[in-house]
Amino acid sequence: MKMDNGIFPESIRKEKEDVAGAGRITVKNLNFFYGNSQALFNNTIEIEPGKVTAIIGPSGCGKSTHLRVYNRIFELYADQRAEGEVLIDGVNILSRQYDLIELRKRVGMIFQKPTPFPMSVYDNVAYGLKLHYKINKNEMNERVEKALKQAALWDEVKDKLKQPGTALSGGQQQRLSIARAIAVEPEILLMDEPTSAIDPVATAKIEDLIAKLRGKYTIVIVTHNMQQAARISDFTAFFYEGYIVEYGVTKELFTRPKKKQTENYITGRFG
Amino acid sequence: MKLFGKAGSRNLTDTAFKLTTMLGAALLLLIMAALFAELVRNSLLSIEKFGWSFIYTNVWDPVKEQFGAAASIWGTVVSTLIAMALAVPLGILIALFLVELLPERISKWVRTGVELLAAVPSIIFGMWGLFVFAPFMAETVQPFLRGVFGDSPLFSGPPIGIGMLTAGIILAFMILPFITAVVRDVFQMVPAVVKESAHGMGSTLWEVTSKVTIRYGFQGVVGAALLGLGRAIGETMAVTFVIGNSHKISASLFAPANSITATLANEFAEASEPIYLSSLIELGLVLFVLTFIIQVISQIWLKRVKKQMGVQ
Repeated sequence: MKMDNGIFPESIRKEKEDVAGAGRITVKNLNFFYGNSQALFNNTIEIEPGKVTAIIGPSGCGKSTHLRVYNRIFELYADQRAEGEVLIDGVNILSRQYDLIELRKRVGMIFQKPTPFPMSVYDNVAYGLKLHYKINKNEMNERVEKALKQAALWDEVKDKLKQPGTALSGGQQQRLSIARAIAVEPEILLMDEPTSAIDPVATAKIEDLIAKLRGKYTIVIVTHNMQQAARISDFTAFFYEGYIVEYGVTKELFTRPKKKQTENYITGRFG
Repeated sequence: MKLFGKAGSRNLTDTAFKLTTMLGAALLLLIMAALFAELVRNSLLSIEKFGWSFIYTNVWDPVKEQFGAAASIWGTVVSTLIAMALAVPLGILIALFLVELLPERISKWVRTGVELLAAVPSIIFGMWGLFVFAPFMAETVQPFLRGVFGDSPLFSGPPIGIGMLTAGIILAFMILPFITAVVRDVFQMVPAVVKESAHGMGSTLWEVTSKVTIRYGFQGVVGAALLGLGRAIGETMAVTFVIGNSHKISASLFAPANSITATLANEFAEASEPIYLSSLIELGLVLFVLTFIIQVISQIWLKRVKKQMGVQ
Protein backbone atom coordinates (compact mmCIF):
# COMPACT_ATOMS: atom_id res chain seq x y z
CA MET A 1 0.00 0.00 0.00
CA LYS A 2 1.44 3.32 -1.05
CA MET A 3 1.29 6.06 1.49
CA ASP A 4 2.03 9.54 0.31
CA ASN A 5 2.11 11.62 3.46
CA GLY A 6 5.15 10.16 5.08
CA ILE A 7 3.23 9.15 8.17
CA PHE A 8 4.24 5.51 7.94
CA PRO A 9 7.80 5.01 8.97
CA GLU A 10 9.93 2.24 7.55
CA SER A 11 9.88 0.40 10.87
CA ILE A 12 6.17 -0.33 10.54
CA ARG A 13 6.54 -1.73 7.08
CA LYS A 14 9.15 -4.10 8.37
CA GLU A 15 6.96 -5.37 11.19
CA LYS A 16 4.04 -5.80 8.85
CA GLU A 17 5.44 -8.90 7.20
CA ASP A 18 5.51 -11.10 10.27
CA VAL A 19 1.85 -10.61 11.21
CA ALA A 20 -0.70 -12.55 9.28
CA GLY A 21 -4.43 -12.67 9.91
CA ALA A 22 -7.46 -10.50 9.67
CA GLY A 23 -8.26 -7.19 11.29
CA ARG A 24 -6.16 -4.73 9.34
CA ILE A 25 -7.65 -1.26 9.37
CA THR A 26 -6.67 1.16 6.63
CA VAL A 27 -7.95 4.70 6.99
CA LYS A 28 -7.71 7.02 4.02
CA ASN A 29 -8.46 10.73 4.16
CA LEU A 30 -11.00 10.48 6.93
CA ASN A 31 -12.80 13.73 7.70
CA PHE A 32 -15.38 13.94 10.44
CA PHE A 33 -18.07 16.49 11.21
CA TYR A 34 -20.27 17.34 14.17
CA GLY A 35 -22.94 19.29 12.36
CA ASN A 36 -20.98 21.99 10.59
CA SER A 37 -17.85 21.83 12.66
CA GLN A 38 -15.08 19.58 11.46
CA ALA A 39 -13.39 17.44 14.09
CA LEU A 40 -11.04 15.23 12.05
CA PHE A 41 -8.93 16.35 9.12
CA ASN A 42 -7.58 13.98 6.47
CA ASN A 43 -6.76 11.20 8.91
CA THR A 44 -4.74 8.55 7.13
CA ILE A 45 -3.41 5.64 9.09
CA GLU A 46 -2.89 1.92 8.85
CA ILE A 47 -3.58 -0.18 11.94
CA GLU A 48 -1.65 -3.42 12.11
CA PRO A 49 -3.54 -6.65 12.67
CA GLY A 50 -2.87 -8.47 15.92
CA LYS A 51 -1.06 -5.51 17.44
CA VAL A 52 -1.96 -2.99 20.08
CA THR A 53 -2.16 0.53 18.73
CA ALA A 54 -2.55 3.44 21.13
CA ILE A 55 -4.08 6.75 20.21
CA ILE A 56 -2.87 9.61 22.38
CA GLY A 57 -3.29 13.35 22.41
CA PRO A 58 -4.70 16.17 24.49
CA SER A 59 -8.42 16.36 25.36
CA GLY A 60 -10.62 17.27 22.44
CA CYS A 61 -8.05 16.34 19.81
CA GLY A 62 -10.35 13.82 18.16
CA LYS A 63 -8.98 10.53 19.55
CA SER A 64 -12.35 9.15 20.57
CA THR A 65 -14.05 10.62 17.54
CA HIS A 66 -11.58 8.78 15.33
CA LEU A 67 -12.05 5.50 17.17
CA ARG A 68 -15.82 5.77 16.98
CA VAL A 69 -15.67 5.71 13.20
CA TYR A 70 -14.26 2.17 13.16
CA ASN A 71 -17.56 0.60 14.24
CA ARG A 72 -19.74 3.44 12.97
CA ILE A 73 -21.19 3.94 16.44
CA PHE A 74 -21.29 7.68 15.67
CA GLU A 75 -24.18 6.98 13.31
CA LEU A 76 -26.48 6.80 16.33
CA TYR A 77 -26.37 10.58 16.27
CA ALA A 78 -28.03 12.26 13.33
CA ASP A 79 -25.74 15.29 13.21
CA GLN A 80 -22.47 13.36 12.98
CA ARG A 81 -20.97 12.27 9.70
CA ALA A 82 -17.74 10.80 8.35
CA GLU A 83 -16.20 11.23 4.92
CA GLY A 84 -13.36 9.27 3.42
CA GLU A 85 -12.56 5.59 3.58
CA VAL A 86 -12.06 3.13 6.37
CA LEU A 87 -11.09 -0.27 5.01
CA ILE A 88 -11.15 -3.35 7.16
CA ASP A 89 -9.25 -6.10 5.38
CA GLY A 90 -9.69 -4.16 2.19
CA VAL A 91 -13.43 -3.49 2.36
CA ASN A 92 -14.75 0.01 2.97
CA ILE A 93 -16.91 -0.16 6.08
CA LEU A 94 -18.20 3.37 5.62
CA SER A 95 -20.04 2.21 2.52
CA ARG A 96 -23.83 2.25 2.93
CA GLN A 97 -23.92 -1.33 1.73
CA TYR A 98 -21.75 -2.56 4.58
CA ASP A 99 -24.02 -4.29 7.10
CA LEU A 100 -23.77 -2.50 10.45
CA ILE A 101 -24.59 -5.55 12.51
CA GLU A 102 -21.95 -7.60 10.72
CA LEU A 103 -19.46 -4.78 11.25
CA ARG A 104 -20.13 -4.57 14.98
CA LYS A 105 -19.83 -8.32 15.29
CA ARG A 106 -16.33 -8.02 13.83
CA VAL A 107 -15.40 -4.86 15.72
CA GLY A 108 -16.08 -4.89 19.46
CA MET A 109 -15.95 -1.79 21.63
CA ILE A 110 -15.13 -1.04 25.25
CA PHE A 111 -16.11 2.33 26.69
CA GLN A 112 -14.79 4.84 29.25
CA LYS A 113 -17.14 3.47 31.83
CA PRO A 114 -17.97 -0.18 32.44
CA THR A 115 -21.30 -0.92 30.79
CA PRO A 116 -22.77 -4.02 32.38
CA PHE A 117 -26.28 -4.60 31.06
CA PRO A 118 -29.07 -4.99 33.62
CA MET A 119 -28.87 -8.78 33.68
CA SER A 120 -26.80 -11.53 35.26
CA VAL A 121 -23.05 -11.93 34.76
CA TYR A 122 -23.73 -14.97 32.60
CA ASP A 123 -26.36 -13.23 30.47
CA ASN A 124 -24.05 -10.27 29.99
CA VAL A 125 -21.42 -12.47 28.41
CA ALA A 126 -24.00 -14.50 26.51
CA TYR A 127 -25.66 -11.34 25.19
CA GLY A 128 -23.84 -11.10 21.87
CA LEU A 129 -23.74 -14.89 21.43
CA LYS A 130 -27.51 -15.03 21.72
CA LEU A 131 -27.87 -12.20 19.20
CA HIS A 132 -25.61 -13.60 16.54
CA TYR A 133 -25.57 -17.36 16.94
CA LYS A 134 -28.03 -20.13 17.44
CA ILE A 135 -26.14 -22.40 19.79
CA ASN A 136 -27.25 -24.92 22.37
CA LYS A 137 -26.99 -24.57 26.11
CA ASN A 138 -23.79 -26.60 26.46
CA GLU A 139 -21.92 -24.70 23.81
CA MET A 140 -23.20 -21.44 25.26
CA ASN A 141 -21.83 -22.43 28.66
CA GLU A 142 -18.49 -23.28 27.13
CA ARG A 143 -18.22 -20.06 25.21
CA VAL A 144 -19.24 -17.93 28.17
CA GLU A 145 -16.62 -19.69 30.30
CA LYS A 146 -14.00 -19.28 27.60
CA ALA A 147 -14.72 -15.55 27.23
CA LEU A 148 -14.61 -15.01 30.98
CA LYS A 149 -11.32 -16.90 31.19
CA GLN A 150 -9.89 -14.83 28.34
CA ALA A 151 -10.97 -11.71 30.16
CA ALA A 152 -9.22 -12.97 33.32
CA LEU A 153 -12.47 -12.80 35.21
CA TRP A 154 -13.54 -16.45 35.44
CA ASP A 155 -11.95 -17.23 38.79
CA GLU A 156 -13.57 -14.21 40.39
CA VAL A 157 -17.09 -14.75 39.07
CA LYS A 158 -17.50 -18.49 38.47
CA ASP A 159 -19.56 -18.78 41.66
CA LYS A 160 -21.69 -15.73 40.95
CA LEU A 161 -22.69 -16.14 37.33
CA LYS A 162 -26.35 -15.72 38.31
CA GLN A 163 -25.73 -12.46 40.14
CA PRO A 164 -26.41 -9.14 38.44
CA GLY A 165 -23.47 -7.79 36.46
CA THR A 166 -23.89 -4.48 38.21
CA ALA A 167 -23.05 -6.10 41.55
CA LEU A 168 -19.41 -6.58 40.53
CA SER A 169 -16.71 -4.03 41.34
CA GLY A 170 -15.85 -1.35 38.78
CA GLY A 171 -12.75 -3.14 37.52
CA GLN A 172 -14.60 -6.44 37.33
CA GLN A 173 -17.42 -4.73 35.44
CA GLN A 174 -14.94 -3.44 32.89
CA ARG A 175 -13.47 -6.92 32.42
CA LEU A 176 -17.02 -8.20 32.13
CA SER A 177 -17.57 -5.69 29.32
CA ILE A 178 -14.41 -7.00 27.67
CA ALA A 179 -15.57 -10.61 28.12
CA ARG A 180 -18.89 -9.70 26.53
CA ALA A 181 -17.12 -8.09 23.58
CA ILE A 182 -14.69 -10.96 22.97
CA ALA A 183 -17.33 -13.67 23.44
CA VAL A 184 -18.52 -13.09 19.87
CA GLU A 185 -14.91 -13.44 18.69
CA PRO A 186 -14.41 -10.14 16.92
CA GLU A 187 -11.27 -9.40 14.93
CA ILE A 188 -10.86 -5.93 16.28
CA LEU A 189 -11.30 -4.51 19.78
CA LEU A 190 -11.74 -0.79 20.19
CA MET A 191 -11.07 0.58 23.66
CA ASP A 192 -12.04 4.13 24.44
CA GLU A 193 -10.12 5.09 27.60
CA PRO A 194 -11.07 1.77 29.22
CA THR A 195 -9.31 2.50 32.51
CA SER A 196 -10.29 6.13 33.03
CA ALA A 197 -13.06 5.28 35.50
CA ILE A 198 -11.37 2.59 37.56
CA ASP A 199 -8.75 2.42 40.29
CA PRO A 200 -5.00 1.77 39.74
CA VAL A 201 -5.08 -1.89 40.84
CA ALA A 202 -7.94 -2.66 38.49
CA THR A 203 -6.20 -0.65 35.79
CA ALA A 204 -3.12 -2.85 36.12
CA LYS A 205 -5.30 -5.93 35.68
CA ILE A 206 -6.84 -4.53 32.52
CA GLU A 207 -3.40 -3.68 31.16
CA ASP A 208 -2.27 -7.26 31.85
CA LEU A 209 -5.36 -8.45 30.07
CA ILE A 210 -4.62 -6.29 27.04
CA ALA A 211 -1.13 -7.77 26.94
CA LYS A 212 -2.65 -11.26 26.95
CA LEU A 213 -5.11 -10.40 24.19
CA ARG A 214 -2.36 -9.04 21.95
CA GLY A 215 -1.94 -11.27 18.94
CA LYS A 216 -5.47 -12.63 19.12
CA TYR A 217 -7.14 -9.34 18.30
CA THR A 218 -6.28 -6.09 16.65
CA ILE A 219 -6.55 -3.69 19.56
CA VAL A 220 -6.92 0.06 19.19
CA ILE A 221 -6.90 1.88 22.49
CA VAL A 222 -7.53 5.55 23.12
CA THR A 223 -5.84 6.73 26.26
CA HIS A 224 -5.11 10.05 27.90
CA ASN A 225 -2.41 8.31 29.90
CA MET A 226 0.93 8.39 28.07
CA GLN A 227 2.59 5.94 30.45
CA GLN A 228 -0.19 3.51 29.69
CA ALA A 229 0.32 3.92 25.95
CA ALA A 230 4.06 3.40 26.41
CA ARG A 231 3.51 0.29 28.55
CA ILE A 232 0.98 -1.61 26.50
CA SER A 233 1.11 -0.58 22.85
CA ASP A 234 3.18 -1.65 19.85
CA PHE A 235 2.31 1.44 17.86
CA THR A 236 1.23 4.89 18.88
CA ALA A 237 -0.54 7.61 16.98
CA PHE A 238 -0.39 11.16 18.28
CA PHE A 239 -3.45 13.24 17.49
CA TYR A 240 -3.59 17.01 17.72
CA GLU A 241 -6.53 19.22 16.82
CA GLY A 242 -8.05 16.60 14.55
CA TYR A 243 -4.84 15.78 12.69
CA ILE A 244 -2.66 12.71 13.02
CA VAL A 245 0.61 14.42 13.77
CA GLU A 246 2.80 11.38 14.16
CA TYR A 247 2.41 7.65 13.98
CA GLY A 248 5.01 5.03 14.60
CA VAL A 249 6.42 2.28 16.74
CA THR A 250 5.67 3.18 20.33
CA LYS A 251 9.26 2.92 21.55
CA GLU A 252 10.51 5.22 18.82
CA LEU A 253 7.71 7.73 19.15
CA PHE A 254 8.30 8.12 22.84
CA THR A 255 12.10 8.18 22.69
CA ARG A 256 12.76 9.89 19.38
CA PRO A 257 9.67 11.82 18.30
CA LYS A 258 10.05 13.26 14.84
CA LYS A 259 7.65 16.18 15.20
CA LYS A 260 8.02 19.10 17.54
CA GLN A 261 4.38 18.91 18.67
CA THR A 262 4.77 15.28 19.63
CA GLU A 263 7.87 16.04 21.62
CA ASN A 264 6.14 18.90 23.42
CA TYR A 265 3.22 16.69 24.29
CA ILE A 266 5.15 13.67 25.53
CA THR A 267 7.50 15.81 27.54
CA GLY A 268 4.51 17.38 29.20
CA ARG A 269 4.82 20.86 27.80
CA PHE A 270 1.10 20.94 26.97
CA GLY A 271 -1.98 18.76 27.12
CA MET B 1 -14.82 29.56 76.92
CA LYS B 2 -15.46 31.69 73.89
CA LEU B 3 -14.70 28.79 71.60
CA PHE B 4 -17.03 26.60 73.57
CA GLY B 5 -19.78 29.21 73.42
CA LYS B 6 -19.51 29.57 69.67
CA ALA B 7 -19.56 25.86 69.02
CA GLY B 8 -22.41 25.58 71.48
CA SER B 9 -24.59 28.03 69.57
CA ARG B 10 -23.77 26.31 66.31
CA ASN B 11 -24.66 22.99 67.81
CA LEU B 12 -27.93 24.54 68.95
CA THR B 13 -28.73 25.61 65.40
CA ASP B 14 -27.96 22.12 64.22
CA THR B 15 -30.23 20.63 66.84
CA ALA B 16 -33.00 23.05 65.89
CA PHE B 17 -32.54 22.11 62.24
CA LYS B 18 -32.78 18.40 63.01
CA LEU B 19 -35.83 18.93 65.18
CA THR B 20 -37.61 21.02 62.55
CA THR B 21 -37.09 18.48 59.79
CA MET B 22 -38.11 15.68 62.12
CA LEU B 23 -41.27 17.60 63.06
CA GLY B 24 -42.11 18.03 59.40
CA ALA B 25 -41.73 14.34 58.77
CA ALA B 26 -43.69 13.49 61.91
CA LEU B 27 -46.49 15.82 60.85
CA LEU B 28 -46.92 13.86 57.66
CA LEU B 29 -47.33 10.60 59.55
CA LEU B 30 -49.61 12.32 62.04
CA ILE B 31 -51.93 13.64 59.34
CA MET B 32 -52.09 10.19 57.80
CA ALA B 33 -52.88 8.57 61.16
CA ALA B 34 -55.47 11.26 61.98
CA LEU B 35 -57.13 10.80 58.60
CA PHE B 36 -57.34 7.07 59.14
CA ALA B 37 -58.65 7.46 62.69
CA GLU B 38 -61.29 9.95 61.60
CA LEU B 39 -62.43 7.72 58.75
CA VAL B 40 -62.74 4.79 61.14
CA ARG B 41 -64.53 6.85 63.79
CA ASN B 42 -67.10 8.16 61.35
CA SER B 43 -67.77 4.81 59.79
CA LEU B 44 -68.17 2.98 63.11
CA LEU B 45 -71.94 2.96 62.77
CA SER B 46 -71.79 1.25 59.43
CA ILE B 47 -68.98 -1.09 60.52
CA GLU B 48 -70.97 -2.21 63.54
CA LYS B 49 -74.12 -2.79 61.53
CA PHE B 50 -72.75 -4.53 58.45
CA GLY B 51 -69.35 -5.87 59.54
CA TRP B 52 -67.24 -7.46 56.81
CA SER B 53 -70.32 -8.03 54.69
CA PHE B 54 -70.07 -4.35 53.73
CA ILE B 55 -67.19 -5.26 51.46
CA TYR B 56 -68.63 -8.29 49.71
CA THR B 57 -72.38 -7.77 49.57
CA ASN B 58 -73.94 -5.99 46.69
CA VAL B 59 -76.84 -3.97 47.99
CA TRP B 60 -77.16 -0.23 48.01
CA ASP B 61 -80.57 0.62 49.33
CA PRO B 62 -80.86 3.97 51.13
CA VAL B 63 -84.60 3.43 51.63
CA LYS B 64 -84.21 0.15 53.55
CA GLU B 65 -80.88 1.39 54.91
CA GLN B 66 -78.99 -1.64 53.63
CA PHE B 67 -75.49 -0.98 52.34
CA GLY B 68 -72.85 -3.23 50.80
CA ALA B 69 -70.07 -1.76 48.69
CA ALA B 70 -69.22 -4.67 46.40
CA ALA B 71 -70.48 -2.90 43.24
CA SER B 72 -68.47 0.26 43.91
CA ILE B 73 -65.31 -1.65 44.79
CA TRP B 74 -65.76 -3.85 41.73
CA GLY B 75 -66.24 -0.78 39.53
CA THR B 76 -63.16 0.92 40.91
CA VAL B 77 -61.00 -2.16 40.42
CA VAL B 78 -62.25 -3.04 36.94
CA SER B 79 -62.22 0.49 35.50
CA THR B 80 -58.71 0.96 36.86
CA LEU B 81 -57.56 -2.35 35.37
CA ILE B 82 -58.97 -1.39 31.96
CA ALA B 83 -57.19 1.97 32.18
CA MET B 84 -53.89 0.37 33.16
CA ALA B 85 -54.11 -2.32 30.49
CA LEU B 86 -54.53 0.36 27.85
CA ALA B 87 -52.36 3.18 29.14
CA VAL B 88 -49.22 1.38 30.32
CA PRO B 89 -48.24 -0.40 27.08
CA LEU B 90 -49.27 2.61 25.01
CA GLY B 91 -47.35 4.97 27.29
CA ILE B 92 -44.22 2.83 26.98
CA LEU B 93 -44.51 2.78 23.19
CA ILE B 94 -44.99 6.53 22.94
CA ALA B 95 -42.11 7.18 25.35
CA LEU B 96 -39.81 4.90 23.35
CA PHE B 97 -40.80 6.66 20.16
CA LEU B 98 -40.08 10.05 21.71
CA VAL B 99 -36.71 8.98 23.08
CA GLU B 100 -35.35 6.62 20.44
CA LEU B 101 -36.84 7.60 17.12
CA LEU B 102 -38.04 11.18 17.00
CA PRO B 103 -35.31 13.77 16.30
CA GLU B 104 -34.60 15.85 19.39
CA ARG B 105 -35.84 19.14 17.90
CA ILE B 106 -39.32 17.68 17.25
CA SER B 107 -39.28 15.50 20.34
CA LYS B 108 -38.95 18.44 22.70
CA TRP B 109 -42.14 20.02 21.35
CA VAL B 110 -44.04 16.78 21.62
CA ARG B 111 -42.70 16.41 25.14
CA THR B 112 -44.09 19.80 26.12
CA GLY B 113 -47.41 18.83 24.58
CA VAL B 114 -47.52 15.61 26.58
CA GLU B 115 -46.72 17.46 29.79
CA LEU B 116 -49.44 20.03 29.14
CA LEU B 117 -51.89 17.24 28.47
CA ALA B 118 -50.96 15.66 31.79
CA ALA B 119 -51.97 18.89 33.50
CA VAL B 120 -55.49 19.02 32.05
CA PRO B 121 -58.00 18.94 34.95
CA SER B 122 -59.83 15.65 35.15
CA ILE B 123 -63.27 17.25 34.94
CA ILE B 124 -62.41 18.28 31.38
CA PHE B 125 -61.80 14.64 30.57
CA GLY B 126 -65.11 13.80 32.22
CA MET B 127 -67.10 16.36 30.22
CA TRP B 128 -65.37 15.46 27.00
CA GLY B 129 -66.05 11.82 27.82
CA LEU B 130 -69.74 12.43 28.34
CA PHE B 131 -70.45 14.78 25.44
CA VAL B 132 -68.03 13.61 22.78
CA PHE B 133 -66.56 10.25 23.57
CA ALA B 134 -69.64 8.44 24.92
CA PRO B 135 -71.69 9.05 21.75
CA PHE B 136 -68.69 7.88 19.69
CA MET B 137 -68.50 4.74 21.83
CA ALA B 138 -72.23 4.11 21.37
CA GLU B 139 -72.26 4.67 17.63
CA THR B 140 -68.90 3.28 16.53
CA VAL B 141 -66.76 1.41 19.06
CA GLN B 142 -69.40 -0.66 20.81
CA PRO B 143 -71.11 -1.88 17.60
CA PHE B 144 -67.66 -2.69 16.25
CA LEU B 145 -66.69 -4.72 19.34
CA ARG B 146 -70.06 -6.46 19.18
CA GLY B 147 -69.35 -7.30 15.55
CA VAL B 148 -65.92 -8.72 16.30
CA PHE B 149 -66.65 -10.63 19.48
CA GLY B 150 -70.27 -11.57 18.74
CA ASP B 151 -72.20 -12.71 21.75
CA SER B 152 -69.37 -12.59 24.25
CA PRO B 153 -70.82 -11.74 27.67
CA LEU B 154 -68.11 -9.09 28.02
CA PHE B 155 -69.75 -7.03 25.30
CA SER B 156 -73.42 -7.78 25.80
CA GLY B 157 -76.22 -5.35 26.61
CA PRO B 158 -77.31 -2.19 24.86
CA PRO B 159 -74.51 -0.01 23.49
CA ILE B 160 -75.47 3.13 25.35
CA GLY B 161 -72.04 4.74 25.36
CA ILE B 162 -71.60 5.28 29.07
CA GLY B 163 -70.54 2.41 31.30
CA MET B 164 -67.56 0.50 32.63
CA LEU B 165 -65.62 0.33 29.35
CA THR B 166 -66.02 4.02 28.59
CA ALA B 167 -64.96 4.94 32.11
CA GLY B 168 -61.89 2.72 31.77
CA ILE B 169 -60.95 4.25 28.44
CA ILE B 170 -61.43 7.81 29.68
CA LEU B 171 -59.26 6.97 32.69
CA ALA B 172 -56.67 5.58 30.29
CA PHE B 173 -56.73 8.84 28.30
CA MET B 174 -56.30 10.72 31.52
CA ILE B 175 -53.30 8.81 32.86
CA LEU B 176 -51.67 8.19 29.47
CA PRO B 177 -49.87 11.55 29.20
CA PHE B 178 -48.85 11.23 32.82
CA ILE B 179 -47.39 7.74 32.37
CA THR B 180 -45.79 8.74 29.07
CA ALA B 181 -44.07 11.74 30.63
CA VAL B 182 -42.61 9.72 33.50
CA VAL B 183 -41.59 6.75 31.36
CA ARG B 184 -39.96 9.10 28.86
CA ASP B 185 -37.85 10.56 31.65
CA VAL B 186 -36.94 7.06 32.76
CA PHE B 187 -35.75 6.02 29.30
CA GLN B 188 -33.94 9.30 28.92
CA MET B 189 -31.95 8.47 32.04
CA VAL B 190 -30.55 5.24 30.63
CA PRO B 191 -26.90 6.25 30.12
CA ALA B 192 -25.99 6.87 26.49
CA VAL B 193 -22.84 4.80 26.95
CA VAL B 194 -24.88 1.73 27.92
CA LYS B 195 -27.06 2.09 24.83
CA GLU B 196 -23.98 2.67 22.68
CA SER B 197 -22.45 -0.42 24.18
CA ALA B 198 -25.50 -2.47 23.25
CA HIS B 199 -25.45 -1.06 19.73
CA GLY B 200 -21.74 -1.78 19.65
CA MET B 201 -22.48 -5.46 20.23
CA GLY B 202 -24.33 -5.50 16.94
CA SER B 203 -27.85 -5.20 18.30
CA THR B 204 -30.69 -3.75 16.28
CA LEU B 205 -32.60 -0.80 17.75
CA TRP B 206 -35.35 -3.21 18.78
CA GLU B 207 -32.85 -5.48 20.53
CA VAL B 208 -31.25 -2.56 22.36
CA THR B 209 -34.67 -1.33 23.40
CA SER B 210 -36.17 -4.63 24.49
CA LYS B 211 -33.10 -6.19 26.07
CA VAL B 212 -31.34 -3.21 27.57
CA THR B 213 -33.28 0.07 27.65
CA ILE B 214 -36.55 -1.33 28.99
CA ARG B 215 -34.78 -3.58 31.48
CA TYR B 216 -32.59 -0.76 32.60
CA GLY B 217 -35.60 1.46 33.12
CA PHE B 218 -37.84 -1.35 34.34
CA GLN B 219 -38.15 -0.07 37.88
CA GLY B 220 -38.93 3.40 36.72
CA VAL B 221 -41.54 2.07 34.33
CA VAL B 222 -43.18 0.13 37.14
CA GLY B 223 -42.98 3.24 39.26
CA ALA B 224 -44.69 5.25 36.52
CA ALA B 225 -47.37 2.59 36.20
CA LEU B 226 -47.96 2.67 39.96
CA LEU B 227 -48.23 6.45 39.95
CA GLY B 228 -50.73 6.11 37.13
CA LEU B 229 -52.55 3.45 39.12
CA GLY B 230 -52.67 5.75 42.11
CA ARG B 231 -54.22 8.50 40.01
CA ALA B 232 -56.67 6.20 38.27
CA ILE B 233 -57.92 4.50 41.41
CA GLY B 234 -58.70 7.75 43.18
CA GLU B 235 -59.97 9.61 40.12
CA THR B 236 -63.42 11.00 40.66
CA MET B 237 -64.67 13.52 38.13
CA ALA B 238 -63.62 11.85 34.91
CA VAL B 239 -65.22 8.60 36.05
CA THR B 240 -68.38 10.01 37.56
CA PHE B 241 -69.43 11.54 34.25
CA VAL B 242 -69.24 8.38 32.20
CA ILE B 243 -69.46 5.28 34.39
CA GLY B 244 -73.26 5.33 34.54
CA ASN B 245 -73.73 5.37 38.32
CA SER B 246 -75.51 2.08 38.71
CA HIS B 247 -74.96 -0.11 41.75
CA LYS B 248 -74.90 -3.32 39.75
CA ILE B 249 -72.19 -5.83 39.05
CA SER B 250 -72.36 -6.95 35.47
CA ALA B 251 -70.07 -9.13 33.39
CA SER B 252 -70.65 -6.79 30.46
CA LEU B 253 -68.23 -3.92 30.03
CA PHE B 254 -70.97 -2.00 28.24
CA ALA B 255 -73.17 -1.97 31.32
CA PRO B 256 -73.33 1.10 33.50
CA ALA B 257 -71.49 0.60 36.77
CA ASN B 258 -70.17 2.62 39.69
CA SER B 259 -66.94 3.30 41.43
CA ILE B 260 -66.13 4.22 45.02
CA THR B 261 -65.28 7.77 44.07
CA ALA B 262 -68.31 8.21 41.81
CA THR B 263 -70.62 6.95 44.54
CA LEU B 264 -69.12 9.38 47.03
CA ALA B 265 -69.34 12.31 44.63
CA ASN B 266 -72.93 11.57 43.66
CA GLU B 267 -74.47 10.64 46.96
CA PHE B 268 -72.80 12.63 49.71
CA ALA B 269 -75.20 15.53 49.37
CA GLU B 270 -78.29 13.38 49.65
CA ALA B 271 -77.11 11.21 52.52
CA SER B 272 -79.46 12.38 55.25
CA GLU B 273 -79.58 9.34 57.52
CA PRO B 274 -76.61 8.71 59.84
CA ILE B 275 -76.19 5.13 58.62
CA TYR B 276 -76.17 6.28 54.98
CA LEU B 277 -73.50 8.88 55.72
CA SER B 278 -71.52 6.40 57.79
CA SER B 279 -71.63 3.88 54.95
CA LEU B 280 -70.31 6.45 52.50
CA ILE B 281 -67.48 7.28 54.86
CA GLU B 282 -66.70 3.58 55.22
CA LEU B 283 -66.51 3.52 51.44
CA GLY B 284 -63.87 6.22 51.71
CA LEU B 285 -62.09 4.10 54.29
CA VAL B 286 -62.11 1.15 51.89
CA LEU B 287 -60.49 3.32 49.19
CA PHE B 288 -57.92 4.54 51.70
CA VAL B 289 -56.99 0.99 52.70
CA LEU B 290 -57.02 -0.22 49.08
CA THR B 291 -54.59 2.50 48.04
CA PHE B 292 -52.44 1.80 51.05
CA ILE B 293 -52.26 -1.93 50.29
CA ILE B 294 -51.35 -1.26 46.66
CA GLN B 295 -48.57 1.06 47.79
CA VAL B 296 -47.15 -1.47 50.23
CA ILE B 297 -47.30 -4.36 47.78
CA SER B 298 -45.70 -2.31 45.03
CA GLN B 299 -42.90 -1.14 47.31
CA ILE B 300 -42.10 -4.70 48.37
CA TRP B 301 -42.26 -5.90 44.81
CA LEU B 302 -40.06 -3.09 43.55
CA LYS B 303 -37.47 -3.94 46.16
CA ARG B 304 -37.39 -7.55 45.02
CA VAL B 305 -37.13 -6.59 41.36
CA LYS B 306 -34.36 -4.15 42.18
CA LYS B 307 -32.39 -6.92 43.85
CA GLN B 308 -32.90 -9.36 41.01
CA MET B 309 -32.01 -6.98 38.21
CA GLY B 310 -29.19 -5.24 39.98
CA VAL B 311 -30.16 -1.81 38.73
CA GLN B 312 -29.10 0.96 41.05
